[in-house]
Amino acid sequence: MSTTVIEGVPPDPILERRELVQRVARKTLDRRVLVSRAMVGLCGVALLVALVPLFAILYSLVDKGVRWWSVTFFTKVPQFPSLIDPNAIGGISNAIIGSLVIDGIAALFAIPIGVIAGLFLAESDSKFASGLRTTAEIMTGLPSILLGIFAYQMIVIGFNEWGIKLPGIGFAGIAGSFAIGVLMIPVIMKASETALRGVPATIREAGLALGARRGVVARKVVIPTALPGLITAVLLAFSRAVGETAPILWVIGASNIIEWNPRKEMASMPLEIFQSATSPYVSLRDEAWGIALFLVFLVLVLNLGSRLFAAWLQRERR
Amino acid sequence: MSEVTASAALAMSDRPLAENRKRFSARGDSAHWGVLYGVSGLFALICAVFIISIVVSSIPAWRHSGLSLIYGRVWSQGSDSFGALPIIAGTLATTAIALFFAIPIGIGCALAIVHVIPGRLRIILSSLVELLAAVPSVVYGLWGLLVIAPWFEKTVEPDLADITGSRFPFQSPPEGVSLLLAGCVLFVMVLPMIVALSRDAIAIVPHDQFEGALSVGATKWQVLRKVVLPGARTGIVGAITLATARALGETVAVAMVIGLNPLFPPSLFSTASTLASTIALQFQDATPLQVAALGALAVILMALTAVVNWFGRRLVRGTAFRAGVV
Amino acid sequence: MADPSTMVRLSTEMSDQEGDPRSGPISVRFEDVTVSFHGRTAIRNVTFDAPKNKVTALIGPSGSGKTTLLRAINRMHDLTKGAVVSGSIRLGDTDIYKGGIPATLLRTRVGMVFQRPNPFPTMSIYDNVVSGLRFNGIRKKSVLEEAAESALIAAALWDSVSTRLNAHASTLSGGEQQRLCIARALAVEPEVLLMDEPTSSLDPISMRLIEELVSELKSRVTIVIVTHNMQQAARVSDLCAFFLMGNDRAGEQIEVAPTRKLFSEPDDPRTLDYIQGRFG
Repeated sequence: MSTTVIEGVPPDPILERRELVQRVARKTLDRRVLVSRAMVGLCGVALLVALVPLFAILYSLVDKGVRWWSVTFFTKVPQFPSLIDPNAIGGISNAIIGSLVIDGIAALFAIPIGVIAGLFLAESDSKFASGLRTTAEIMTGLPSILLGIFAYQMIVIGFNEWGIKLPGIGFAGIAGSFAIGVLMIPVIMKASETALRGVPATIREAGLALGARRGVVARKVVIPTALPGLITAVLLAFSRAVGETAPILWVIGASNIIEWNPRKEMASMPLEIFQSATSPYVSLRDEAWGIALFLVFLVLVLNLGSRLFAAWLQRERR
Repeated sequence: MSEVTASAALAMSDRPLAENRKRFSARGDSAHWGVLYGVSGLFALICAVFIISIVVSSIPAWRHSGLSLIYGRVWSQGSDSFGALPIIAGTLATTAIALFFAIPIGIGCALAIVHVIPGRLRIILSSLVELLAAVPSVVYGLWGLLVIAPWFEKTVEPDLADITGSRFPFQSPPEGVSLLLAGCVLFVMVLPMIVALSRDAIAIVPHDQFEGALSVGATKWQVLRKVVLPGARTGIVGAITLATARALGETVAVAMVIGLNPLFPPSLFSTASTLASTIALQFQDATPLQVAALGALAVILMALTAVVNWFGRRLVRGTAFRAGVV
Repeated sequence: MADPSTMVRLSTEMSDQEGDPRSGPISVRFEDVTVSFHGRTAIRNVTFDAPKNKVTALIGPSGSGKTTLLRAINRMHDLTKGAVVSGSIRLGDTDIYKGGIPATLLRTRVGMVFQRPNPFPTMSIYDNVVSGLRFNGIRKKSVLEEAAESALIAAALWDSVSTRLNAHASTLSGGEQQRLCIARALAVEPEVLLMDEPTSSLDPISMRLIEELVSELKSRVTIVIVTHNMQQAARVSDLCAFFLMGNDRAGEQIEVAPTRKLFSEPDDPRTLDYIQGRFG
């Protein structure tokens, strides 16, 4: 676009600027487009880089872990090489049962407390509620090992100061349940609150308008409506609990036999992985992969399963 | 939805309305609130006892060493002298390494997911990255120790030493298990968090603004850099903050790959210690005084992560945050 | 709304035109333009010319494809997967799709104002206005400041904001924000300004203000405006293009005529129906 110069007429600033913009834009265009393509490409590379560890871990897990999976692995307790059977290695049924009991008990008390506290957060706007919410959020971010110390202090060695006497029961599975349960509560609380707040106000008000008490409304209307979200929340919290090692590191003791009694020492899958991986014996280090594969498998099933289940439930309701 | 309301209505309808209203305003409600407050109070009580028990458990150590617990440079169980400075240094160093990689790669990844990847792939890729978050830390430790450490020892660290001429901070003999390895394992662990939260922050920036920038002749990268990222700034900073808190407190994976060496790590290749890993690894056979000292480490760790977490939570909103990925 | 007095009212509100706006240079030329998404046609067989330095209004009920057509002019559909624009749209001599001009450069010549004001919230008023210039590589302060002043004056915003150019764009009211967006689009000195229902989210006073602006701006840029408000089209435009959704759910061009004629003696009976209020 060229400016036509007419004798005696001053140049139009607008047209001049237009020409300037076009000139500079054209000049810088190639570089700008090149930089744009390069940077956007780099972002794509970042995405690939982010996925590499995932596939690397999954590959290692399957490659080194699958060979351990056998009926013996899942049903027998660990055995040790002896003169009679120098290749004995046994299985991890003690750890599986241990995890089941410890996490099961933890869930048993964490779920009701978490959901009810979540309901409180969803229904109350008081200062106490917002303080509680902040506390829960901070708790979810704290290192889980602190909860292990908590369980150690409260349950393993007990408390005998300031007139309060709590008998310590030594290493026990239930100490692990306590630690993991306290870990789960704020996670369930937060997610429950979100799920419950997601229930449209109109539904809640409809229940109240019919003359029902708040408690009944909550139980018969709000919670059933929020059920998909609540189930997802619980399953996700549980899948996280199953993999936690730090809180149970030195509170549940150890056990090489199947132990159902939570007052005794128990084994647990994440702990087994930790101890096997850091052990000086090659075969034990190898076995850690088998356990780890199973643990990851469980966690993934819980994770994906919870989302699929919630989606299915949502659809069934229409 | 309607059938639930209907059944509630049916349950209520056998009582006369006036009587229902009376119940509504009277004790029926207070039972409900009683339970709610009771359970919430119980949780609050547990939290309070939790904090108190950790602080109290550390008192003998504070009496023994005073403030030198924090600035002392020697942590030796054998001689009962407790100076946590090298441990704090190790904690900060591993976190710094993790963030150094996780921030650019995480943000780039999030930008790619929202603005580069076509719609159908977006959900799949997002879920894959979130799957990384679901892997338990002990499995990361296992992988780091048995797969990455040997690789580091044989290939990566010698190569780095060659490239830099073994200058600081690459001068120690490669051992595999090291500060660098711990930092790298941490990087992989906090990456999904940064990606998920940044992705939410970036996705919230209205498409209108994206188009507005495009309409005056900006290239895609110019729009991302000058409009989208600044618009997502709060959420991204929040994501980084929360990731920092996570990295500071990560215990098991770090414990498995850092070697537990409570001296000042002279280089990236040497072994070191972090607050969390020291607590984890030294608890087993600790005397009561040593347990108290570890409790003191716990207090420092708790204070550090609580403060960082609190800042981060104030900045973050979004679906990943609410769904409990974080 | 079907009585002749309405027609008279519209006629008297119409902009003052000297003769047929179609005589004179052409700015944007459409030839058999069809836009489809994933095979589904949104608007088809559009052929007309938008004259230079005049206001062309695209009118018609919702679903008639007017916005789709507008967004094709600055290649916004490049962002949408599966969008196909066939036929030719010419800016001057250049076919904007096949003429080898990169979309980024095209958009410095064809600017756009959107339905809802979209200033950049993290930037100040000044930064917003000059953002286009900066994106295109212009850094010199004096140039930027002159351009900003010129654009803000043209958008009737200079008096309100000249003393607080560093304030955030969010401190402006809705109408002011939209004028800020107009200034932002004008700062790069485009030849054509596209406006997509620019007043539909604004209060009546702001709406009138912007309509006045449109009439003043046409000496500087060619304007193509989409509006579903007939009276607005009658007030501001020189040329009107009327579209309807056809039986195949694709928009089609019904009539293109000088505004005065379209609103008093349209050729097509469907146009008459529309302006008499028989369509939505």
